[in-house]
Amino acid sequence: MMLKLEGINKAFNKDTVDETVLFRDFDFSVEKGEFISVVGSNGSGKTTMLNLICGSDTADSGKIIFEDHDITALSEHKRASFIGRVFQNPTVGTCSGLTILENMALADNKNRLFGLSFAVNRKREDHYRELLEQCDMGLENRLNVKVGSLSGGQRQALALVIANMTKIKLLILDEHTAALDPKSSEIMMKLTDRIVKGNDITTIMVTHNLRYAVEYGNRLIMMHEGEIIKDLKDEKKKQVDVDDLLDEFYSISIENGNGV
Amino acid sequence: MNVILNILKVTLEEGFMYAVMAIGLYITYSILDFPDLSVDGTMPLGAITTALLIIHGVNPWIALVLSFLFGAIAGMVTGVLHVKMHIRPLLCGILVYTALLSINLVLLFTFNNNMSIASFFRMDTIFNTGLARLIPEDIGGYSLRIVIIAFIVALCCKFALDLYLKTKSGMLLRATGNNEKYVVMLSKSPGASKITGLAIGNGFAALAGSVIAQSKGTADQQMGVGMVVLGLASVIVGLSVFSKVTKMKDTTKVILGSVLYKAVLSVALGLGLPTEYLKLLMAVLFVVALVLSHGKEDRGDRYDVKA
Repeated sequence: MMLKLEGINKAFNKDTVDETVLFRDFDFSVEKGEFISVVGSNGSGKTTMLNLICGSDTADSGKIIFEDHDITALSEHKRASFIGRVFQNPTVGTCSGLTILENMALADNKNRLFGLSFAVNRKREDHYRELLEQCDMGLENRLNVKVGSLSGGQRQALALVIANMTKIKLLILDEHTAALDPKSSEIMMKLTDRIVKGNDITTIMVTHNLRYAVEYGNRLIMMHEGEIIKDLKDEKKKQVDVDDLLDEFYSISIENGNGV
Repeated sequence: MNVILNILKVTLEEGFMYAVMAIGLYITYSILDFPDLSVDGTMPLGAITTALLIIHGVNPWIALVLSFLFGAIAGMVTGVLHVKMHIRPLLCGILVYTALLSINLVLLFTFNNNMSIASFFRMDTIFNTGLARLIPEDIGGYSLRIVIIAFIVALCCKFALDLYLKTKSGMLLRATGNNEKYVVMLSKSPGASKITGLAIGNGFAALAGSVIAQSKGTADQQMGVGMVVLGLASVIVGLSVFSKVTKMKDTTKVILGSVLYKAVLSVALGLGLPTEYLKLLMAVLFVVALVLSHGKEDRGDRYDVKA
C-alpha cells in the first residue's frame, strides 16, 4: 500500500455554532501505480482530502501513512519532496516574475541544496526544451519569456511539466483543467495522460468533468459528504459511463433537497 | 556656479551612500514584499557599531564588513519574529526598531564613556585610508574622495546583489516574494528564505549606516529617523521613473532613484526651504512617487502560505 488515510476526523469552524463535520473516521488507501479520478459535488471533501494528503491542512485526528512511514506531522514542504501537485489556478504552479528557464532551473534543483552556485545551467537548456516539446505549445522556443505573459493553458502545462521534473512518487491534480477553456482542457488531459504513463506515477486527480473521470485512469471514486460512496477499479471502472455517473449525481442532489 | 556644483557634489555623495540602504529595502520591499520598518534601527546600528569599532582602533574596512553582519543579525530577528512567532510584518519591524533604540544607546553608553553620540573626526575611515589614498585629495578645487568612494561602495553592493540574485539561493528568494506556494512545491520552506532576505536587506541598511557615519565622523541614534521612508522612496522613484528602460537592472534603477530623490530634496533646500520642513517634504515626495508608480510595477501573483 502506497498511501493510507486512517480514521481521519475533520471538522470546520470547530467549537462554534457553525461547526460542520466533514470526515468521520474516514479511511482511504492508494495502491502504487493507480491513476485515480475523484468526482463529487461541492463540499463532498475532495479538495480537503488532497489538502490533508499534501499537508496544507491538518486533520483533527487520524493518521496518514506513506510507504509505511507516518507522515501525519510532516510539514507541507517536506512532503513536497515526494508529492507533486498541480492546482486549479494556473498561476499557483509557477512563478510569474521569473522566466520559463528560471522556473525550470529552480525545479531542476528540487531536493538539493539551494546554495551560492548559479541557478541557471545553460547545459541543461536542451533537456528543458525536450520536456517542453511534449506540451506541443511552442514553449520550447520561449525559454527566456516571463511566465506571467503566458496564457492560462500554457502556464498549466508548464506547471505539470515542472511538477514532474524531479522524480516524485505521487502526483496530485486538483481540478487542474477546471480554469481552462475546452480546447486547452483537452490538450491538458492528453499531456497529463502521457506524463503519468510515461513516468509511471501514482496519481490522484480531482475533476468536475465526468467524461475525464471515465476516460482517464484505472480507478474512480465518488465522494459525498465526506464519504466514498462509489469505488470502481480496473474492469468495473471500464464498464461505467458518464450517464451512470450523472444518474448517481442527480439522486444525491435530490436526497439533499437541491432539486434539479 | 560654485553653489550649483557644490549642491551637485553633496547630492551625489548622499545619493550614493543612501543608495546602499535603498538596495537593502529593495530586497525586503520589492523582492520579498515585506514592509520592513526595522531599517530605522539597523541603519544607526551600523553607524554606531562602526564608530565604536573605529574609536577602539579597528580598521575601517573591517568595521564596514562587521556592521553588515550586525545589521544582518538584527534582520534575522525581524524574520524569526514573523516566520516562527507569526507576528505581522509591520509589527516585527516596529518591535526590532524599538528594541534597537535601547541596544544602540546601551552600546554607546558602554563603549563610549556614557555619551550618546560617538565622534571620531580625523580618525581613519574608508574615506582617508587604503583605496582612498589613491584618489588625489583635491581635484579641480573639489574634494571628490567621498563621492568616488561612495560610488564605488554603492556599485560593489549593486553587483554583489545582482550576482546573488542569480544564484540558487537568490533565485529562491525571488520565488519566495513572487509565489510562496511555488517554493513549498520545491520542497523548501518559504520562511527560511524570508529570514535570509531580511538578513541581507538589513545588512545593507547597516552597511549604509557605516558609510554615512564614516563620511560624517559621528554616529548617534538620531540618524535613523525617517530612513524607511527615504529608502522606500528611492526604490519607488527609481523603479517607476525608469520602468520603461527594460535593459536596466533594478538595482541600477534604485541607485539612480536614490540620487534623484536626494537631488529633489537638495534643490528644495537650496531654494530656501527651511530644514524643519525636510521630513514633511520627504513624506510628500514619497506619496507622489507612490501614486505615480501605481500599476507600473509587476508584483506577480502572490500566494501566502503558513510559514
